[in-house]
Amino acid sequence: MLIWNYLKAKPLNTVLNIFLLALGIAVITVLLLFNNQLQEKIATNAKGIDLVVGAKGSPLQLILCNIFHIDFPTGNIKVSEAERIAKNRLVKHAIPMALGDSYNGYRIVGTNHDYIDLYKVTIASGELWSKTLDVTLGSTVARLSGLAIGDTFVSAHGLTSDGHAHEENKYHVTGILNSSETVIDNLILTNVESIWRVHEELHDSINKPPLHPSSIIPSIEKGDSVKEITSILIQYRNPLAVIQLPRFINSNSNLQAASPAFETARLFSILGIGVEVMRGFAYVLITISGLSIFIALYNSLKERQYDLAIMRSMGASRGILFVSIILEGSFLTIIGSIVGLVIGHGVLWLFTILVVESQKAGVTANVFYTTEVYIVAGSFILGILCSVIPAVQAYRTDIHKVLAGN
Amino acid sequence: MISIEGLFYQYNDQRKISFPDFSIPQGAHWLLLGQSGSGKTTLLHLLGGLLKSQNGRIKVNDVDLTQLSESGFDRFRGKHYGFIFQKNHLISALSVKNNLLMAPFLAGLKQDESRISEVLGQLDLSDKKNSKIKELSHGQAQRVAIARAVLNKPAVILADEPTSALDDNNCDRVIELLLQASRHNNATLIVATHDQRLKSKIKNQLYL
Repeated sequence: MLIWNYLKAKPLNTVLNIFLLALGIAVITVLLLFNNQLQEKIATNAKGIDLVVGAKGSPLQLILCNIFHIDFPTGNIKVSEAERIAKNRLVKHAIPMALGDSYNGYRIVGTNHDYIDLYKVTIASGELWSKTLDVTLGSTVARLSGLAIGDTFVSAHGLTSDGHAHEENKYHVTGILNSSETVIDNLILTNVESIWRVHEELHDSINKPPLHPSSIIPSIEKGDSVKEITSILIQYRNPLAVIQLPRFINSNSNLQAASPAFETARLFSILGIGVEVMRGFAYVLITISGLSIFIALYNSLKERQYDLAIMRSMGASRGILFVSIILEGSFLTIIGSIVGLVIGHGVLWLFTILVVESQKAGVTANVFYTTEVYIVAGSFILGILCSVIPAVQAYRTDIHKVLAGN
Repeated sequence: MISIEGLFYQYNDQRKISFPDFSIPQGAHWLLLGQSGSGKTTLLHLLGGLLKSQNGRIKVNDVDLTQLSESGFDRFRGKHYGFIFQKNHLISALSVKNNLLMAPFLAGLKQDESRISEVLGQLDLSDKKNSKIKELSHGQAQRVAIARAVLNKPAVILADEPTSALDDNNCDRVIELLLQASRHNNATLIVATHDQRLKSKIKNQLYL
């Protein structure tokens, strides 16, 4: 009660100290939430994919485009070349990916049903695509685009909504997937043939069943040297492949192999510099607030030496005064850290509302990590550290000298 | 109930004050007179256990103060003493009522609101119960300090220059209330002062 009244007696000081600390804690919280969620997302999206093989170019771009669906494709690869990789004994699964078109900014991905299995997504209504030009929508796409089962739409060339429209061939929605909290929620899925169909000016050869079906796209002849796809996602058969396969692909073909684990680690080390700077800034803020609390307590002690002495004369022991000063400091820092956590979550919440992209990336303010408990505990310790010197001074107050008034 | 024997206090190598032996019965009112620097405050603090005595013997209620430990002193002060100083030393962050509540709280006694109302009534301060300290006049603040000193019904009230900062009117009023409050609570009152105005109010006087 006394502590509260002391803090209330100096509202500006108290609010300033709480605010300083809260700001530092808020920055840390935002970084923590953002970083953790991003890493979790990346981990779940890249799960089960050991290697992406596509056209030569930036390996990071290859990963961003084919796994996270945020960058542009590096180019196309021939199906025949993809087949050669897919039948390598070190490859367990190979999933074809054909990118390049979109609807209202949602990417249309030509692939096969293995891709659905990879993310363990289940169908919410309707059914998976079976014929060419049938599509299945990811849950976010279905929610935000307004498309429903039975609807048809025209895709646009390129990955932005203002590309050339492929008027001749309309897609037909046959199913909607359940939400899986992965990138698949933001995709429109179809078979590879649909992508080809949309891009072919004259389509003739479709209905002829192949003599020797291709291993990755059964509707075409094995070794087809005309048809192209964007990439294949590869799952290794055994750990030996980690060393051998990327080297084999990169040196023996026109293709490029990129490892999601390696590239995302590289991405994080690039992003990490920014994060480290922000974190450093936050620690500076917290240190300043700690100093400020220390100075405030130390100064108020001079004004309060009479209060302390009179409390001693009324029977308070040294220990009680010591504890009361410590409590005052740690009370400030605990309030500060809780306010900081609230601000941090609030900022992220605003961010997710204002920036739709962040929703697509699956970032939310509604998550709490155990680290946040450590933040509160840490600020309690900070409070004790800041107040221990003033508290020792209070403990040592010579009541006779103070009250004798000299 | 209070007796001292062979008491002296060594400030440093050069300065040393010895005090005459005396004893004061329960409920008596005494004035400690002397020039500033004569050791009035030192004696009062020694009696109140605010200063640890080095030599001699101080007995209060048959307890030898010189034998008490630091925390023993704290408890003893809380239970048996009320202090009044030249400045009121009220805690300005708290209201009048909360200042008064501190006394039983710190002494480890029960906080009793009706007792606060009773004491404020005796000191003619009933309407100031929820005031802030800054809103009080000097005289009023000093009366609140008296209220705080007598709240726990102490056996001994020690007052150090309680009136020297006050004008004649307030001086009269404060000393009358102090005497009256001590009588109400059957407390032994010792006032250390160089304020000549008090000589006529308290008969028992000790010169240092």
